[in-house]
Amino acid sequence: MEQSNTEGKKKMIWNETKECMSRDEMSNLQGVRLKKMVKNVYHSVEFYRKKMQEIGLEPGDIASIEDITKLPFTTKDDLRDTYPFGLFAVPDSEVVRVHASSGTTGKATVVGYTRRDIENWSECVARVLAMAGVRKSDKIQVSYGYGLFTGGLGLHYGAENLGATVIPMSSGNTKKQITMMEDFGCAAIACTPSYLLHLTEALEDSGAIERIKLRAAVLGAEPWTDQMREDIEKRLGIHAHDIYGLSEIMGPGVAADCEYHKGLHFYADHFIPEVLNPETLKPCKEGETGELVITPITKEALPLFRYRTKDLTSIAYEPCECGRTLPRISRFTGRTDDMLIIRGVNIFPSQVEAALLDVSETSPHYLLIVDRVGNLDTLEVWVEVEERFFSDEIRKLEDLTKKITQILQQALGIAPKVKLVEPRSIERSEGKAKRVIDKRKLF
Amino acid sequence: MLIKQLSVFMENRQGRLEEVSEVLSKNDVNITSFSLADTSEYGLLRMIVDNPMRGRNVLKEAGFSAMLSDVIAVKLPHEVGALNKIMKVLEKENIEYIYVLATGEHPSLIIKADNLESTIKNLKENHFSLFGEEAYTINNK
Repeated sequence: MEQSNTEGKKKMIWNETKECMSRDEMSNLQGVRLKKMVKNVYHSVEFYRKKMQEIGLEPGDIASIEDITKLPFTTKDDLRDTYPFGLFAVPDSEVVRVHASSGTTGKATVVGYTRRDIENWSECVARVLAMAGVRKSDKIQVSYGYGLFTGGLGLHYGAENLGATVIPMSSGNTKKQITMMEDFGCAAIACTPSYLLHLTEALEDSGAIERIKLRAAVLGAEPWTDQMREDIEKRLGIHAHDIYGLSEIMGPGVAADCEYHKGLHFYADHFIPEVLNPETLKPCKEGETGELVITPITKEALPLFRYRTKDLTSIAYEPCECGRTLPRISRFTGRTDDMLIIRGVNIFPSQVEAALLDVSETSPHYLLIVDRVGNLDTLEVWVEVEERFFSDEIRKLEDLTKKITQILQQALGIAPKVKLVEPRSIERSEGKAKRVIDKRKLF
Repeated sequence: MLIKQLSVFMENRQGRLEEVSEVLSKNDVNITSFSLADTSEYGLLRMIVDNPMRGRNVLKEAGFSAMLSDVIAVKLPHEVGALNKIMKVLEKENIEYIYVLATGEHPSLIIKADNLESTIKNLKENHFSLFGEEAYTINNK
């Protein structure tokens, strides 16, 4: 099925004005929007007003895009400290939706959207889908999870904005996914790359792969490699595109790659990207790897200054062969913190630690083992059986395993496999326990 | 008439049983009897030893999760139907586990039940005789 479905379908540029403007025009637009945003935030968000006052910064000091470096940074901890709505810049009556993602400890990171924010988000996602060759007459299967996670609804609204027919499948239930894909003749699918690989296997096994009409896939919410993309494209005979986003900034649709796959086009008219050395916080040179820092300049409900994504990437400003002039970020090479992405869900080891405190007053030693088996991520949590947990009855040990599993499932949103291990069997390095072994090769 | 059983948590991997027995042997703790309960991931080694307290301490020092718990050691007559007889007596008790105590003359059982006191009372009323601490060293020469 070598790419046979993809021939003769010209891909359109959804918003040529914005996606193909000159670098000067883009800088001017960003400057105007940044200035307006800072002024607005200063007057409506106490958190930022105080931060600006502390460093003697006034809204008038921000006149152009170059002034962005004067602004203070925002971290995930700031969102946690102001949980749930402390950084919202509009009254409740303007907020039409919230989403949430995992925080570093027990509390979720909550984000909000106005009607205009949802429109802008749908615009960005429509750009991505158009770039992937999805058209009005196509059916798109949205197999990201629907709910507090931004994936499902983000792609859903974007696809509707484009005018395509949305099949809101949500995640899971592989058999049904295949039936719908075949019966409806879906041309595109949006899900995590690992889930599409899983689906591909099931499609191959059932023989349905010969009958489906899939042409394009928009994949994201977890890191993946070019090899994975090539594998998916070859086996399914489709074009696969990488879509990037994070709920703090908006959700999926902050950046995505075109058919040339030379980095992800960053929608810089809505989000200003900076790549900084994570230690010095000074800008990296073009092509040099650093931490991606984003300032969403059109967000109304949750405008953030220089949000530190902790994602490591590099940036290039040269126009792309596809005609777009947007800055491009490279595939991610890792993170500056210990966040894991498992089946599209963000997980911090510290969340496990916090959850284990529900089992006893002090957290036992634990180890997370992440692996990918048959294209699906697995999470195993090893917990040392210290004397206080120990029992001479198997039943009580099994109850303990069950209890830990339940507590972790509630805290993380995915079910881990809990394994009890002997005390001191988890390796300590310099007195500190190693918390994660990730056997997947994603970067 | 309760006696102390020494229990150790062991992961299901090669050499663990060897290590436990080595720690006990080096510290001169004699294993009178034992049973090994296994699940797919870990095992529980339950032992009657001649010096339960020392057994626990040396295992803990060696890094094992070890604990002492109360169990009953009951003597059985050496005849057909003896096991059936005691099971009839214990029919209504909630037994967690049972294993054999290896003794020279009498076959005996180690029993862990939910309510040990009522189990003991029940056994005594039915004329079973129980071991006391002599069970620890019953095979010591």
